[in-house]
Amino acid sequence: MTQAPALNPSRRAFLRGSALLMAFTLVPAARRAWADSEVDTLGTVVLAPDLPGSLRTNPYLDAWIRVDPDGITVYTGKVELGTGVKTALLQIAAERLEVSPTAITLLTADTALTPNEGYTAGSHSIFDSGTALFNAAAQVRELLMDSAGRTWGVALALLSTAEGVIHGPGGQRMAYADAVKNVDLHLYAKAESPSMPPTAFKLIGHSLQRLDIPAKVSGGPAFVQDIRLPGMLHARVIRPPRPGCTLLAFDTQAIEALSGVVHVMRDGNYLAVVARDEWQAIKAMREGYASAQWSGGQAIPESRDIHALLERLPSRRYPISHEGTPQAATELGYRARVTKQYLMHGSIGPSCAVAWFKDGSLTVWTHSQGVYPLRAGIAEMVRLPPERVRCIHAEGSGCYGHNGADDAAADAALIAMRMPGTPVRVQWMREQENLWEPYSSAMVSEVQANLDAQGRLQDWNYELWTTPHNERIVNAGRLLPARLLGRPFTSAPSVPIAQPEGDGDRNAVPLYTLASTRIDMNFVTQMPFRTSAMRSLGAHINIFAIESCLDELAAKAGIDPLALRLAHLTDPRARAVIERVRDAIGWPQKSAEPGAGIGLAFARYKNIMGYCAIAVRLRVHPQTGEVQIDQVVTAVDVGQIVNPDGLRNQVEGGIVQSTSWTLYEKVAYDAAGIRSYDWSGYPILRFTQLPKKVDIHLLDQPGQPFLGAAEIVQGPMAAAIGNAVANATGRRWLNLPLTRSEQPA
Amino acid sequence: MTQLTLNVNGSAKALELEPDMPLLYALRNHLGLNGAKYGCGLGQCGACTVMVDGQPVFSCVTPCAGLEGKQVRTVESLGSAERPGPLQQAFIDKQAAQCGYCIAGMLMRAQALLEQNPHPDEQTIRQHMAVNLCRCGTHLRIIEAISLVAGHTGSAA
Repeated sequence: MTQAPALNPSRRAFLRGSALLMAFTLVPAARRAWADSEVDTLGTVVLAPDLPGSLRTNPYLDAWIRVDPDGITVYTGKVELGTGVKTALLQIAAERLEVSPTAITLLTADTALTPNEGYTAGSHSIFDSGTALFNAAAQVRELLMDSAGRTWGVALALLSTAEGVIHGPGGQRMAYADAVKNVDLHLYAKAESPSMPPTAFKLIGHSLQRLDIPAKVSGGPAFVQDIRLPGMLHARVIRPPRPGCTLLAFDTQAIEALSGVVHVMRDGNYLAVVARDEWQAIKAMREGYASAQWSGGQAIPESRDIHALLERLPSRRYPISHEGTPQAATELGYRARVTKQYLMHGSIGPSCAVAWFKDGSLTVWTHSQGVYPLRAGIAEMVRLPPERVRCIHAEGSGCYGHNGADDAAADAALIAMRMPGTPVRVQWMREQENLWEPYSSAMVSEVQANLDAQGRLQDWNYELWTTPHNERIVNAGRLLPARLLGRPFTSAPSVPIAQPEGDGDRNAVPLYTLASTRIDMNFVTQMPFRTSAMRSLGAHINIFAIESCLDELAAKAGIDPLALRLAHLTDPRARAVIERVRDAIGWPQKSAEPGAGIGLAFARYKNIMGYCAIAVRLRVHPQTGEVQIDQVVTAVDVGQIVNPDGLRNQVEGGIVQSTSWTLYEKVAYDAAGIRSYDWSGYPILRFTQLPKKVDIHLLDQPGQPFLGAAEIVQGPMAAAIGNAVANATGRRWLNLPLTRSEQPA
Repeated sequence: MTQLTLNVNGSAKALELEPDMPLLYALRNHLGLNGAKYGCGLGQCGACTVMVDGQPVFSCVTPCAGLEGKQVRTVESLGSAERPGPLQQAFIDKQAAQCGYCIAGMLMRAQALLEQNPHPDEQTIRQHMAVNLCRCGTHLRIIEAISLVAGHTGSAA
């Protein structure tokens, strides 16, 4: 593979307008594990391309680790989203500093304290921050040992450490806190770190219990929703009925007269109420909704027309993969059109933030996935210099991508600026989250592929239509409240994330050996709904489409679908996860019950991260088409495992969540508006719909790079369900969600 | 504003509240209890679940005015982070949380079941818990944790 010299291919998301064409030529060069992502397209600057993980963007050791008489502090720019990453990062740092985890204070994203690691997204946290800490911690430990060695006149090789104390051969002892006095840790990291054999790991690869769970099961303050500051007021926002509406009338005085109301904010189409008590704020908000009169607003299409509309709307065409030369079509071909509906992140806790404008500086506590990009967006919006804005991450309800978190933080910031000296808490209501969170894009893809007479995959044609999956905060206009103000901000142009990470085209390129590819993305930016990142982006439908096609081709050729996959995979780790699933489930044996089916799917996330194979046994109800999943067997390889139980938890969660997306979910809307304003209008999986049995096999790779875990399951699970349904019914359902009513009659 | 006395976690609390205030806001803002969570305000997700006279209720749609003389229990009554109760310990042992936002509600709904039926089978647990939503997909572990206290190991995962 050739590298484009002198140009940094990781910057596609910053390229604008005519520069886009140039970006296409850079795609081959972007096939590096560190290329474009939700993480490094958004404001982080690569300073040291040769360093591992996020040391590339934050190369100084003291950005990550500080040692002082009070102890060791470890900093990460990543945040806990409910994946257990805080615990896993602590394990890595403690392992390499060779101290107990309890000896470390771990601080997560805070613009005043921690490195800027962009977004916590894309299964990147262990990949980026874990890798940085793995190296930085070992280098810091060695610098501390070197300091002690110089003091004692003893060679480094003769020193050892235990529990934060350096030991010399003559019984000398020096605490890290003393050794640090003769070291300046404001030092560029080195590309190479002291090695440690995986067999020596005491923490990495072990299931340390999560730090955050005891508080979460006992009512401890654990979430941004639980923050209470002195004199804090409660705010609620009042949104228009749909985007683009203009406020015609609003009785500010009537709302101000309500019990407990301290302030009513009106700025253009932006409305909010502030009250002493939260319940008073809610009642004032309800009166505000009743009082506000709006006109106009963007037209919303009919739900049944959305896929045809996506193919018709103006779009930019991105070539994704054009390899080899297509041959004449063979008889063993398959062609299909696959669709996906808009999905919601559907956090159980609607978005919330607390902001405090005091002494000319604004502090915002937020469950945003990216405090630094958010700070820049908020600073622009409230017209403060960025150094006057501090964003501190505090956990929220699981977000699974770009939900309302940033917008709620912007709401809190706007309102707090009107209430100098007073902290303000903004909590979105359920219907506000459902109507205003950025959705996961509806998509269409068309796949056409064929086999030769020997059962070899030949030409792979794939074209997809999508709206953006990465409307992250690159300017104030990306913050919804900023668009409603009297002096509104407009959103920066939409730009997709480049391959190999991909956007709507994530995992659009099969990992299988192919004779030729013609893979293109049509990127629709004139979108009927605001869409942005949701766990796995386009990989959910792309893997579903690829794996559906493979099963259909196998059936046409009379080849076992699992064997067809193995015959087209050269990577031994890819083969290993499939073989493990095959053996563990007893492939292809299925239940003798009526409506029973078995299906399998595989993907390597983004073709560069974790490997996942899944097989599913299920039954399809002959009358209703309802699907009951009896058994799920999966094997995953995410490189060196940091916390096996944490990995299992993520994989189980991915299986359940993807099942919910795949079988039940779609945003309901019609020309009058969004209908999915509560859980009755957006049903998700319940306990009674769970897979009955889930078996997870972890294929550890001691000493290999961390590959990330949180998103690897979404696509393969959807595809395995689809293949099992086809196996059970003899019909290929290609429209997600997989309900009978979504399929053509 | 009305004077109300709520019995929460075994102690009487005299509060001055708007009588239509749902219990959730009294617990969180007037009694400083974080356990019950705002999820929907509509009684659809269960994040706010607490027990009233032994029954699981949605605190987000239960006005305070009707609660005088009743026993309200929140997750804080089951134990603390330092000294967790048996069901809390089971959730810790099984690491039955991802983001954990739904978990306090899950615990209280499960606690209500276990107090009436100390040894529910897995099918009963699934049916009983179906009221509460989890978005992270922690369901399998939640069942395992409840099953642990119910005296048998869940076969879910």
